[in-house]
Amino acid sequence: MMDALALAAGLVFNAETLTVIVLASAFGLFVGAMPGLTATMAAALLVPITFYMDPVPAIAAIISCTAMAITAGDIPGALLRIPGTPASAAYVEDAYGLTRKGRAGFAIGISICAAAFGGLFGFATLLVAAPFLARFALNFSSFEYFWLSVLGLSCAVVVSHGGVAKGMLSLLLGLFIAQIGLDPLMGQPRFTFGIAELSGGISFIPAMIGMFALAEILRNGREGRPSVPQVEVANPFAGVGAALSRYRINLFRGAAVGSVIGALPGIGGDLGAWITYSLAKRTSKEPEKFGTGHPEGLVEAGASNNAALSSSWIPAMVFGIPGDAVTAIAVGVLFMKGLEPGPQLLTSNPQNFYAVLLVFVLANLLLIPFGYLAARVARNLFKVPRSYLNAAILLFCVVGSYSINNTLFGVGIMLGLGVIAYILQSRDFAIAPIILGIVLGPLVEQSFTTSMTIARGDLWGFFDRPIAAVLGGVTILIWLGIAAGAVFSARRRANPQT
Amino acid sequence: MRTVLTTALAVFGLAAASATALADFPDRPVTVIVPWSAGGGTDATGRIIATMLEERLGQPFNVVNRTGGGGIVGHTTIKDADPDGYTIGILTTELSMYEAVGSAKLNFADYSLIGLYNSDPSAIFVKADSDFQTIADLADAVKADPQAIQASGANFGGVNHLSWVSMVQGLGLDGAASSWVPAEGGAPALQLLASGAIDVAVVQFPEAQALMDAGEIRALATLGSEPNPKHPDVPPVTEALGIEFSIAGWRGVGGPAGMPDDITAILTTELEKIVASDAFRDKMGALNYGVVWAGGEDFTEYLARRGEAFGAAISAAGLGQ
Repeated sequence: MMDALALAAGLVFNAETLTVIVLASAFGLFVGAMPGLTATMAAALLVPITFYMDPVPAIAAIISCTAMAITAGDIPGALLRIPGTPASAAYVEDAYGLTRKGRAGFAIGISICAAAFGGLFGFATLLVAAPFLARFALNFSSFEYFWLSVLGLSCAVVVSHGGVAKGMLSLLLGLFIAQIGLDPLMGQPRFTFGIAELSGGISFIPAMIGMFALAEILRNGREGRPSVPQVEVANPFAGVGAALSRYRINLFRGAAVGSVIGALPGIGGDLGAWITYSLAKRTSKEPEKFGTGHPEGLVEAGASNNAALSSSWIPAMVFGIPGDAVTAIAVGVLFMKGLEPGPQLLTSNPQNFYAVLLVFVLANLLLIPFGYLAARVARNLFKVPRSYLNAAILLFCVVGSYSINNTLFGVGIMLGLGVIAYILQSRDFAIAPIILGIVLGPLVEQSFTTSMTIARGDLWGFFDRPIAAVLGGVTILIWLGIAAGAVFSARRRANPQT
Repeated sequence: MRTVLTTALAVFGLAAASATALADFPDRPVTVIVPWSAGGGTDATGRIIATMLEERLGQPFNVVNRTGGGGIVGHTTIKDADPDGYTIGILTTELSMYEAVGSAKLNFADYSLIGLYNSDPSAIFVKADSDFQTIADLADAVKADPQAIQASGANFGGVNHLSWVSMVQGLGLDGAASSWVPAEGGAPALQLLASGAIDVAVVQFPEAQALMDAGEIRALATLGSEPNPKHPDVPPVTEALGIEFSIAGWRGVGGPAGMPDDITAILTTELEKIVASDAFRDKMGALNYGVVWAGGEDFTEYLARRGEAFGAAISAAGLGQ
């Protein structure tokens, strides 16, 4: 292993690879920080360039660019309330809350540093446990996926402010939006009203932009809120270290949970952030501060996010099962460069595998200086009067939702859902559960129908396999806990004297 | 006079503009729709084609996975795209079957056909620790109770499903009596097999290669009359069970019907060069995909014949409308 590591270091620490990593990271930072542009787009744009590179720089370009783009997706979330990924939607209220308190630099600093830590933790996990985690992930069938996605949905209800009942209604609205389009089993159109564009379903990116950013612009317009003056400090990361060490348990727990969940093909990163955010809220001494600009959940979910990003490469590299579009693109690049994914990647050419791991380390370390720059620049954004800033954000909303499919349909979705979110929010309904419903709805449905086909309609099938039984038990306990809590607080309201 | 001049200028300008538009095709990025999930065989070969078209034509060919409804979503998206040549897609075997199964009104006539580049028989896989050591063991178990063996590999009526039904039928059973778990392509079905949720996966060799190398799954038989050249030790079902078997998956490139003939011709010419190139054969060979070529009219004829053959198989299997 030491020989392989030395060889790997030789492959990574040379002028070509290092230049590629820095340039790809800068590109990823730009793409990630632009609302509506995604890590997938960034990776896809890089593919043609990688044709002219050696294998290790080629894969390094994809990895460092996507790691940076996904983390940088937190920046518009913190500054403008436009989350870059479904994962950052979990904690966007806290990040934006900090910005509204004048602490945008601190919010970005927390996100970036927790992400860098999570990424490095994920690296350590990959180094030690990649084959084991890959084997573990292979145990997950549709039964386990069903419970995991239901667990994720339950978390959204637990963490939402405004009460459990309203959180549940928000979630159901999201699940309904996920129903629009062709059904995954037989391809029957649902709620499409014969409109061809609706049969492709409602993409979460215009939904997210509309429900968070547009709704916020509408609220600002009504309240005529002035720009938030940002605290002038020489070092935007001041206080970040103290916050991270204060919430070190969250930091480690987020990274650990993220590493394990991230290894599941397809859903890891998004679910990880939601589960850890709600874990942070449930175990916090001050849960009432969540959602108002409190760093605790930000630390845990931020760490989980990037840890999951690292370990999401495990199933792709070990078994050739890519979980999402980004890893699929990377697997394509691996194939083209003669580094076929599979167990032989670890055995016959381990230096290539370790080189990939070293790239992870560098990409995650680069997050800190790049994030520092972003945080310094960010302060200036709020010197612009709010009305001008709103106009610019609106422009980004339109461009971002247009760019998903290059149709005005996405803009219409963004506008429609934005107005709905504005109305819901003024009645104190949480928005985040709607987004999670849209993202996880198809997975819940598909894993349910697949499982029921396998079990021939026998619901006990969901408890037949050991991991599924444990996940199912935990989920049902959480539901019972939620129900009991709701009954208890309703009683207390009915009899205030007791 | 002035009006005439303006009109003449306008007409001339328009003609010049459209002439350049054709000569320059493509002058902006082209979207390549893959109707199956990332990581499956269609995705892998589609990305190779897209890359090579990009090299030859000098514009990005961006692969977009539009999954769902057993490929219906993706195929419909290709059909409904603007027929300007800037949205094309990978067409797959399922297109030969949607109408016969009654799942969608889609057939090859809805597309401008560019070229066929691949054809592969599927194979039968079991988990490494499965009780079935040979295809004959599995055949006995299926004969004893076709419902007891859970198989997956595609949606209802997908080519892997039809292959499975045909094999069950070849064993002298009612094909419609077999059990099938619908999945969005090869990768999710392999995940189900490796996790032990199902007994059999019917997928193609390249999709299963990494899991075979890892010793997680085994191949029992190739669903064809010839052994796969890369896996000579895996018996074809014709030899092992005496079943005549001719259903095989195919993959080709097409765009929405009504694309300008010269743009279709450009794409067909380039695709033919790609399929004939050593680089393409090497890449497909490394991934274990069979290379075939049929362009333009030949592709249309190929699909017309497939449509009939699959239609017959589907109604025999009791899946038709």
